[in-house]
Amino acid sequence: MTSAAVQAPARGPKLPVRVESLVVLAVMTAAMVVFAPNFLSVNNLLNILLATAVIGVLAVGATFVISSAGLDLSLGSVLALTGVCGAALVVRLGLPWPFGILGCIGAGMLVGAVNGSLVALAKLPPFIVTLGMLSAARGLGFVLSDGRPIYGLPAELVFLGQGRPFGVPMPVIVFLAAVVVGHFVLSRTRFGRYTLVVGDNEQAARVTGIHVERHKIWLYVLAGAMSGLAGLLFMTRINAADPTAGVMYELQAITAVVIGGTNLFGGRGTVIGTLIGALIMGILQNGLNLMAVQPFYQQISIGVILVLAVWLDRSRAKGQAA
Amino acid sequence: MTGALLDIRDLKKSFGPIEVLKGVSFEVAEGEVVALVGDNGAGKSTLMKIVTGVHLPDAGTVTFAGRPLPFGDPRRTRELGIEMIYQDLALAREQDVAANIFLGREPLRRMLGFLPIRVLDSHRMHDEAERIIAHLGARLPSTDYRVGSLSGGQQQSVAIARAITFQPKLVIMDEPTAALAVREVEHVLDLIRELKSRGIGVILISHRLPDVFAVADRMIALRQGVVAADVPAAETTMAEIVSHIVGAA
Repeated sequence: MTSAAVQAPARGPKLPVRVESLVVLAVMTAAMVVFAPNFLSVNNLLNILLATAVIGVLAVGATFVISSAGLDLSLGSVLALTGVCGAALVVRLGLPWPFGILGCIGAGMLVGAVNGSLVALAKLPPFIVTLGMLSAARGLGFVLSDGRPIYGLPAELVFLGQGRPFGVPMPVIVFLAAVVVGHFVLSRTRFGRYTLVVGDNEQAARVTGIHVERHKIWLYVLAGAMSGLAGLLFMTRINAADPTAGVMYELQAITAVVIGGTNLFGGRGTVIGTLIGALIMGILQNGLNLMAVQPFYQQISIGVILVLAVWLDRSRAKGQAA
Repeated sequence: MTGALLDIRDLKKSFGPIEVLKGVSFEVAEGEVVALVGDNGAGKSTLMKIVTGVHLPDAGTVTFAGRPLPFGDPRRTRELGIEMIYQDLALAREQDVAANIFLGREPLRRMLGFLPIRVLDSHRMHDEAERIIAHLGARLPSTDYRVGSLSGGQQQSVAIARAITFQPKLVIMDEPTAALAVREVEHVLDLIRELKSRGIGVILISHRLPDVFAVADRMIALRQGVVAADVPAAETTMAEIVSHIVGAA
């Protein structure tokens, strides 16, 4: 300990985010301020956050699963299914509005428990399990809703999607709260540490007495719960539970997670990083919209950023190993 | 027999059609260094993974400190005082030194000192990790380095620190010297002698017979799932042990 700390880059991360992510975010924001008309206004910044909120909530859950070397491709489908479940409880069965919230999140947790059990107990690859669930949950959402959106949500629920206390949209408040709590849990608690260790070296986790299977199940339940929360926000924002909602959202959420510096193969990840990743995507889309660039180019640019982010991460990891 | 720290009786284990352990029995006393030698596939690792709770045996019992040892629960086994240092070290490379030493046993504190939410007590982990590493005489730059960035010998030190931090009664080491430089090997052998002097039992699994003979009180040779020899180290020779290992005796 007396020897000087010469290998500075080997030290544990002091910043919860990669410097590269912050640089990209800053450069992109600066570019938008210069080139995109009306980019820099409180209203527009709130718009960006609002547009990011639903994907962002999914991405918080995805950060945990991916940090543990897992994967959840069913997030978007589960979002739609949970909305249908929550809406069916209050609209079809006439239960009080809090059951809409419980229905969404509870349904998400149930689906997550199924995903988690198949991954942890049946030892099936997460890719396959959640790809199956992507299809099954979407189908179940159509069955439960007869393939039609469910309208007529009570005003209390609609407030969650459309309310603006102090001018800030409710989904933005929920999203930022999820980021703060998620970051705290992943970086400061035992649950978070075990999540990273399971993703880092599952055998090490096992021999030190961590209940790996139980932990994995909880991670998928958590991702399901976040899908339920996202489903709730989506449904209450458009004032209808749409069984076609959230198609491909899981890929956007995973993109935000990876751009944010979480290792797709587990062991390393932060929720603040995911927030940055989601903001990079949100700002890019918003800025290109303001510059009246065709939406097709947004998709191209997000794809490019994703690949660049992983490439950067790889070359940095190699530099460390050498 | 009743005084033994660890008493392994007639352990059997098969993986599918392959009978890895065909009824293995031996004892380890307090402060005794027992070398477990044998060829690849002789069953050493499987035997030790049963003792640490990672694998379940098909038959047999293990008594530890006078009580039957529960199987299949690594956390409970560690709580009872059995630690194992794995050949691959079982470290989380992305986590720092302190996190690895306290893996599975992280001290917690109340959030902000009073809230009913429990968070990792980082200060305590780093303070105690520093103390234990200084005690080991290991050369580590700092406890907040990522383990993946350390050298092989340094990683070995972290694995050893993890095994001795919580006052174990028995330490099992799987090939602790295989990947080390000569000077580091001497360090590990010194540590084994120190554990012995503190009354801690040690099971040493190794292919490096010179290292084994330097510290072991007793030699147990495992061959094809059975104990081929169980002799005091002073009463045997390297050649004799080799012949037990390969089955030429």
